[in-house]
Amino acid sequence: MTSHTLTESPLDPAAAVHEAIVRAGEPWMKELRQGQTLRIVDLEGNQAVDTLFYNARDPGEHYSAVDTIRAQGNLYLTTGSRLLSSQGHEMLVITADTCGRHDTLGGACAAESNQVRYALDKRSMHNCRDNFLSALVQADIPLSKRDLTSNINFFMNVPVTPQGRLTFEDGISAAGRYVEMRALMDVVVLVSNCPQLNNPCNAYNPTPVRMLIWD
Amino acid sequence: MTAPTLDPARIVHQDTLPGARYWSFIIRRGYCLRLTDTEGGANCSALLYNAHEKLERYNMADTLKAQHTAYLTRGHVCYSDMGRVLMSIIDDSCGWHDTFCGVSDAALVKAKYGEHRYQDYRNEFYRNGRELFLIELEKWGLDRRDLVANINFFSRVTADENGDMEFHAGHSAPGSHVDLRAEMDTLVVLNTCPHPLDPVREWRPHPVALAIWRADPVAADDLCMNSCPENQRGFANTAIYHCQYD
Repeated sequence: MTSHTLTESPLDPAAAVHEAIVRAGEPWMKELRQGQTLRIVDLEGNQAVDTLFYNARDPGEHYSAVDTIRAQGNLYLTTGSRLLSSQGHEMLVITADTCGRHDTLGGACAAESNQVRYALDKRSMHNCRDNFLSALVQADIPLSKRDLTSNINFFMNVPVTPQGRLTFEDGISAAGRYVEMRALMDVVVLVSNCPQLNNPCNAYNPTPVRMLIWD
Repeated sequence: MTAPTLDPARIVHQDTLPGARYWSFIIRRGYCLRLTDTEGGANCSALLYNAHEKLERYNMADTLKAQHTAYLTRGHVCYSDMGRVLMSIIDDSCGWHDTFCGVSDAALVKAKYGEHRYQDYRNEFYRNGRELFLIELEKWGLDRRDLVANINFFSRVTADENGDMEFHAGHSAPGSHVDLRAEMDTLVVLNTCPHPLDPVREWRPHPVALAIWRADPVAADDLCMNSCPENQRGFANTAIYHCQYD
């Protein structure tokens, strides 16, 4: 059996310096200063929150899935996971997690990958990469499609079996579960609150999430 | 296991990449790249790009989720981020190639093997996978932003049900090979640094032999195209991309 250790946070939402609701299927981009803490709350349960991080002072340095999982020797993220950059620097550390584990391999949905995974006529459906690109072109930061690399899917359950099979399973999250992380450098957070309508992982029903930031 | 002999008439180029070295080249659509681990225990890290539009590149996540696999072997394909097939694995005597461990960097190599610099060791100095990828990428106008999750051919890393990872030493036998057929003109960037999770603390990178050969046309019953419905759609997308070239 898999075991998940859940860790609650002592932080009081009333003391947060920033709060935002990200509606289903929409992007969110925000700079997080070193020392600030971000909480993502899965308001209705089993929502996938596709997330990338960039060094705010040097955006060519980004979150790296392969460096993160290699350094911790484990495929999944939870409390204590240190999110490493492509240059081996610690960007953030997960400080609380009431979900249990988060996906590092599944990546973001895109018009083109939806065609491959589901049907060629799915190209016109809204998707995470379009959210990422839409947020990037409107942001005052030199990022583009080149900077879209393997992202984290908070709250998503993508187990890998010992035999090497990878599947998208029903979520292990639930309404009100959250994950919290502290920035170890100034970072830009780029989120797509996933609009996927073809995958049972969110019961075919994308829902909103809440963002909270503490100093 | 000994690699099946290729018909010499099909081979257009052969070369050997020594251990901890690097190279890049374009494999034209319809040609095939054979990598052979001549000594056993090699690691060959690879990145793939559309040779004509390098913003389109191998995508680890799309490759894995389309084929419901965490590793690569015969019958799998390497997807780009644009829903197309860059290369197909049409043969493989090794059985498992790692997709999620990335490459070593300078800090990892120094901590594991110590420091051997050029002034003292000349061309036997220690290299790391990230450095070698970046050097080769720069030759094509690419840089750190283009260094995405790579494939590690000949290396096997599994994860248990809790996600804890294990490197399998001795996985690749001497002579094991993998054949990569280009479905698009593909820029292939390689280096032969040791796998970052290889626990051996002695610096002994292994060579990889390369052979580029003319493949048979993709038949209607092609193994890779038909190994799952996703790959049929991936090949259909790739055919659309090429429709003005035939």
